[in-house]
Amino acid sequence: MLADVPMFADIGGYLSSPSNRDKVVGLLGEHIVLAVAPLLIGLAVAVPLGCAAQRVRWIRPALLGTSSVLYTVPSLALFVIMPGILGTRILDGVNVVVALALYTTALLVRPVVDALDAVPGHLVAAATAMGYRPVRRFVAVELPIAISVLAAGVRVASASNISLVSVGAFIGIGGLGQLFTEGFQTRYPAPIVIGIVTILALALAMDLLLVGLRWAGTRWERA
Amino acid sequence: MIFSQVLAWFGDPQNWSGPGGVPVRVAEHLYYVLVTVLIAAAIAIPLGLVVGHTGRGGLVLVGLANSMRALPTLGLLTFLFLVVRSQGVSTVVALVVLAVPPVLAGSYAGVHSVERDIVDAADGMGMTSLQRLWQVELPGALPLLFGGLRSAVLQVVATTTVAAYVGLGGLGRLLLDGLRSGPGGYPQMVAGALLTAGLAIVLDLLLAGTGRLVVPSGVRLALAGTGGKSRRPGPSPPSGE
Repeated sequence: MLADVPMFADIGGYLSSPSNRDKVVGLLGEHIVLAVAPLLIGLAVAVPLGCAAQRVRWIRPALLGTSSVLYTVPSLALFVIMPGILGTRILDGVNVVVALALYTTALLVRPVVDALDAVPGHLVAAATAMGYRPVRRFVAVELPIAISVLAAGVRVASASNISLVSVGAFIGIGGLGQLFTEGFQTRYPAPIVIGIVTILALALAMDLLLVGLRWAGTRWERA
Repeated sequence: MIFSQVLAWFGDPQNWSGPGGVPVRVAEHLYYVLVTVLIAAAIAIPLGLVVGHTGRGGLVLVGLANSMRALPTLGLLTFLFLVVRSQGVSTVVALVVLAVPPVLAGSYAGVHSVERDIVDAADGMGMTSLQRLWQVELPGALPLLFGGLRSAVLQVVATTTVAAYVGLGGLGRLLLDGLRSGPGGYPQMVAGALLTAGLAIVLDLLLAGTGRLVVPSGVRLALAGTGGKSRRPGPSPPSGE
């Protein structure tokens, strides 16, 4: 039935070619790397930064101010400026990863600070009284309690990274976004529709994965 | 050395005159942003206010707005262009789809953030439903509504660069033309990127200033009383594309 609609027939036709299928799968892999690597880097940078902001008074306004200014810089602009700063080639995936890692960090700093603020003081005091040293207390007590607040920020960052990677196609490195430029250049909508649907599905799958991780990481809440 | 080349690009009077000059590109960019944000506000503000006011359909609305955020604008734009064959229509529609979710979320969350006691008091004073919306909920919603509008403007300023991809003007032209002219075009690309970022920052500051003027002092005082914390909008995606 669906194959009778010209659009779906086109999509079927496009996907019936093995080389096209391989291309879509390859681009999907590239897309996942370009979106997930910055998410992990950003999280790894934002947690210690947020922790420092919570402990040292002057760091907090400086950090939150910097991250909100960073927000206003368009991602495409950042992709373009990166090679000038890093000395990479324009068509290097590293540009996208570093640019998106900066965004993810900027996006996550506030949730990290808010999440750590929300850890009840008496729990920190109890952990201290039980002999936890600051580093171990942070990793074993404060961070797990902060997970549920932090998870909301990570989900937003994940969705926005997946969507932003495709913008890189504008300058030739964009994972599934390359299907958009291909479809536009050949005046053929099928690859564009496949690209949009795959990106939405990827965003949804990542979101479900993160919800699952959050659930698994906060078992103590339901104990 | 790349930065001295960019400075040289900005210093070249040729880049500032004619139909491809910086002032014209900035004006085109601002024009697309203005049209898009006005249309998006006309759709999203009434919808957000009504849903917040009646309290019905809030969950559906928030879910819909969130899933729209993952929709890649470049994909939507190229698809619409191939279907409707109009540069202007496809660009504006794609950008409106981008701008609606933050405004919708801001206006809905704004009305929702008005305390229950205040709404009950308005009802108790005999206000009609419309009076309550107009005189109580709307003023109370303004801080978050404005936040949503700001985040929409930021995203649209950043993303309007894609208009150049279907052949329109704006600052995206500098990026795309620079890219097409090989390594020698890199300073022009960086100049376009810096101008877009500069425009985003200037517009954001202007809107922040306007927000201060528009939000009633009573609401501001009330926010200051709670430390402004409970009403701060959650994390929103970066200024985008």
